[in-house]
Amino acid sequence: MTIVAEPVPRGTVVATVGRQARDWIPALAVFVLGIAVWQLSIQVFGIERFLLPKPGAIVSRFWDARDELWRAGWFTFKEALGGFVVGSTFAILFALLLARFRRVGDALMPIAIAANAIPIIAFAPIFNAWFDPLQPTSKMAVAGVLCFFPVMVNTLRGLTSVRPTQVELMRSYGAGEVAIFRRVRVPTALPYTFSALKVATVLAMIGAIVGEYFGGSQEALGIRIKNSAALFDFETAWAAILVASILGIAFYLAVALLERLTLQWDPTRQERGSA
Amino acid sequence: MSVVKLDNVTKTFPKGNVTALEDIDLEIEPGEFVSLIGPSGCGKSTMLRVIGDLVKPTRGAVEVNGKPAPRARADHDYGMVFQDSVLFDWRTVAKNVALPLEMLGWSRAKRKERVEEMLRLVELQGFGDHHPWQLSGGMQMRVAIARALSFEPALLLMDEPFGALDEMTRERLNIELLDIWRRTGSTVVFVTHSISEAVFLSTRVVVMSPRPGRIAGLVSVDLPQPRTVDTREEPRFFELVTEVRELLRGVGADQHGSVLAEETA
Repeated sequence: MTIVAEPVPRGTVVATVGRQARDWIPALAVFVLGIAVWQLSIQVFGIERFLLPKPGAIVSRFWDARDELWRAGWFTFKEALGGFVVGSTFAILFALLLARFRRVGDALMPIAIAANAIPIIAFAPIFNAWFDPLQPTSKMAVAGVLCFFPVMVNTLRGLTSVRPTQVELMRSYGAGEVAIFRRVRVPTALPYTFSALKVATVLAMIGAIVGEYFGGSQEALGIRIKNSAALFDFETAWAAILVASILGIAFYLAVALLERLTLQWDPTRQERGSA
Repeated sequence: MSVVKLDNVTKTFPKGNVTALEDIDLEIEPGEFVSLIGPSGCGKSTMLRVIGDLVKPTRGAVEVNGKPAPRARADHDYGMVFQDSVLFDWRTVAKNVALPLEMLGWSRAKRKERVEEMLRLVELQGFGDHHPWQLSGGMQMRVAIARALSFEPALLLMDEPFGALDEMTRERLNIELLDIWRRTGSTVVFVTHSISEAVFLSTRVVVMSPRPGRIAGLVSVDLPQPRTVDTREEPRFFELVTEVRELLRGVGADQHGSVLAEETA
C-alpha cells in the first residue's frame, strides 16, 4: 500500500522561536518608528509636556524611579492576578455546572450574557465601599468580577459545542455523562477557555488599576498614576503607565504560553503557527 | 442465534411527525455482511442507530447478540464507524484507537499491545504518535475502523464510512474492509448510497424505501469470496447491480434522484 502522507516532523522549539523572531521584525520596525515620530513631533510642533511628554523623558523617569515603580507595579499586579485566579476559577466551575444541568443553564444564560454586557468597572466605587479600599481584596473583587463573565460564557460555549457524532461515539461505548464530559466536552472547551483567559488578563489589569483610581493604598500603581497626574508630574504618571503596560503584556504572554503548551494538539493553532 | 434481530420496529420522530422506520423485520446471521441502501430519508441511518441503541424505537423490539439493544450497548457488543471519522484532535492516533479500550478499563500495557496490532491491521504502523489532522481522509477512516475493531466486537455498524472519500481511495478501502471482515469473522451492517459498493461488499443487500422507511426488498449477493478488483467486472456483478437498481427504481429513487445521481457522480 502507498503511504499517502509522510510522517510530519515536529518543529523544534528553536525553529519555532526563530520563525517567530522573523515574524516580529515588521511590528518592531513600526514600534521604533512610532516612538521616533512621537519624540520628533514634540520638538517640531512644540507640544506642551503636560499634554505629552517626550518618550526619552518618560524612560529616564522610569529608570530613576524604577525601584518604587516596580514595587507599586508588583502590588497592583498581585491584585490583578488574585482577581484573575479567583474570577476565572469560579467562572470555569460555574460553566461546568451549567453545562451539566442544562435546565439551570438555559435559565441563567441570558442573564449571564446581559451581565457580560454591562460595564462592570462602574461598580468599582461600590466594591471599595463593600471591602476596605486600602486592602487588595477590593481591587481583586473588581478584577475577579470583570474576568468572570467572559471566561464563563466562553467556557460554556465550548462545553456545549461538541459534535453530536462525538457524543454518539462515546455513547456507543456505553459511556455516561461524566465520561463524555471528561473525554469530549472538556477537551473541546479548552481552546474557548484559553481565548477568554487571555482577554481576562487584560481585564484583570484594568480592573485593578481603575479600582485604585477610586481610592487605595499609597503603594498601588493606580494611586501613583492618579497622584502624579494631579501634581503635574506627568513623566512619573507616564512611567507608571509604562510599568502597567509591561506587566499587562507579560501577564498576557504568560497565559498565551500556557495555552501553547496545553493545546499543542490543536490543528487550527498549528496552521496559524503562532499565538 | 442471529446477531441482529429487529422485530416489527417503528420509529417516529415527534418533530414534524416523521415516520423514519415502519414495521421493520430483519434478522442478520453471524458472519453476514449486510448493506442498507435507499434514497435519502429512507431511515437507513436511523435503523443503524436503532440497532446500536443510540436511537430508541417507538415500537418493536431490537435484539443484538440475543440481548436487548441497551444491554448490548452497555456490554460493548458492537463497534460503530461514522461517515466522518470522528477522531479526537487532542488524542494521538494511538490514543484514538485506544479510546474504547480505556472505556473498558484495559491496562496500559494491554492497550499498547492491541493498538500496535490494530495499526498493523489497517497498515498504519508508525503513525501512532501522529495527530489525526496530520493524516489524509482515507488514513483517518482507517484509524476509525481500527478503533471500532480494537475491542473485537462481534458486530460492526458502519454509517456511510467511505462516503466522503474519493473513488479510488474508496475502492481500495472496500477491499481492505473485506479483508479485515474475513480475518476477524465479524458481522457487518453497512449503510451506503452507492449501489456498486453495496453489491461489491455484501452477502446481502437490504433495499429500503422512503417516507415511511420500509424494507422494499432483499438481494442475496452470490458473488464468490474473496472478492477482488476483478469482481467489479464480472457479468454477475452487473446483473446484481441492475437488480438492486430496479428495486430502487420501484421505490421512487429515480424521481428523488439521490441514489442514481450519487452512483453516476
